[in-house]
Amino acid sequence: MAGSNHSDHPPFNHPAPLPLLIGVFLALVFLTILTLVTSNIELAQFAFAIAMLIATAKAALVCAFFMHMFWDKGFNILFFLSSTLFVSLFIGVTLLDTGAYKESIDVFPRAAEPAKAAAPESPAE
Amino acid sequence: MAVADPDNILEHDDHHHDPFIAHHFESAEQQFDSGKLGIWIFLVTEVLFFSGLFVAYTLYRIHHPEIFQQAHHFLDKNLGAMNTIVLLFSSLTMALGVHAAQNGDNKKCGIYTLITMVCAAMFLGVKAVEYSHKWDLGIFVRSTFDYAEHHPEGISPYLIKLSVIPALLLVGFIGASVFSKMTEKDLLAKFFGGMAVTVGGYFLGALVGLGFMALTAGGDAHASHEVAASPLVLQAMSIDEDEKHDEHSHEEGDHDHAGDDHAHDDHSHDGDHGHAAHGAAKEPMHRDVGTFFSIYYCMTGLHAIHIIAGIIALAWVFWRCLALHWRPDYFGPVDYVGLYWHLVDLIWIYLFPLLYLID
Repeated sequence: MAGSNHSDHPPFNHPAPLPLLIGVFLALVFLTILTLVTSNIELAQFAFAIAMLIATAKAALVCAFFMHMFWDKGFNILFFLSSTLFVSLFIGVTLLDTGAYKESIDVFPRAAEPAKAAAPESPAE
Repeated sequence: MAVADPDNILEHDDHHHDPFIAHHFESAEQQFDSGKLGIWIFLVTEVLFFSGLFVAYTLYRIHHPEIFQQAHHFLDKNLGAMNTIVLLFSSLTMALGVHAAQNGDNKKCGIYTLITMVCAAMFLGVKAVEYSHKWDLGIFVRSTFDYAEHHPEGISPYLIKLSVIPALLLVGFIGASVFSKMTEKDLLAKFFGGMAVTVGGYFLGALVGLGFMALTAGGDAHASHEVAASPLVLQAMSIDEDEKHDEHSHEEGDHDHAGDDHAHDDHSHDGDHGHAAHGAAKEPMHRDVGTFFSIYYCMTGLHAIHIIAGIIALAWVFWRCLALHWRPDYFGPVDYVGLYWHLVDLIWIYLFPLLYLID
């Protein structure tokens, strides 16, 4: 693999090329600044999606090159990425559940202070 | 470890099998692959471990977006971004350390590992400044949330308390290093010296954090002012605000005293919430913003615990660098610790926009 300029490297040893590592770091810093800048712009409902998109791009860079996933065995990659499937199941199913009970949830903790729950829709009560 | 002395290793190599390949493994490659699979499994459990907190975050944010709008004014996004870059840089040096270990360059690997540890400690130092600043303002978890707008002078007593353990560690490591030097244990002297430098990174981070806070003090006051005087979100949440609606919309963001003037009005309405109510704006925060900070402290606190665990793991790698253990066919532990370290970075990559960059 690129970067393994030593002939004594066993086959499982794939050092990542140094310029690549430094390039990835610079890209990560750039994306951090980008996400900071976009957070200062009014983007309404897209702000969250954009922030998450940038975070996922950063995560992908870290995984692929810093964590050597690019050179890793397919099984390890499959294994690790499957965790995101379970996390999305965890969040998704819980959301479905609270979605189904949303009305009771909104009423329950607000019982003591009904004004706050009602306020966003009708500030003048 | 019995194999700490490099000369021993070479002797062993001549007489027995390779000391770094456990006898139940066929080859160095099989050992490496097993370790790699093991660390990936561990990282999966870590992701799932954190996901519980992400569920809490998602649910609370979906049901109460207004609390998040309000709460994020208390987080300094520039300080958070700086910490993100410190952590990203530590990830880079970790990757470079793994690279050096893969080439069997123990000296470089040791230097990179040390830089990684210093960055980790710096991150904690900045975090300590952030936490103590919040505690000064009474921003705790929900059950003890007691926000009061005042700007404490000098160094926070909480920061001093948080720094006691690092200070003791610093003194201890310097002492141990000097003692090892005197008893001519060079490896130990270097190791403790490196650990002292690492703990020094905490104080460097705390200084940088304090300096940053001082530099942006004007902006900080403005941020609090914005929260106190910005009526749009707050009025929508508090019924008592309605009468003053017109007044507020004229004075919105005019000057600091706007909030204080209304404070007196407010006490006449809400005597029962007295102690925390410096202004109308504080009323809805009293209960609900605390829940955001419960989530915030759980997520960042758990992350900080992982950073501390990472430093301990890195210290072990650092020690083995000094003992010249890494070779092109044996660098697994550096790689595994590196993977763990990158995961900690990965989690922060998501925590930063989720907690600091709420629009």
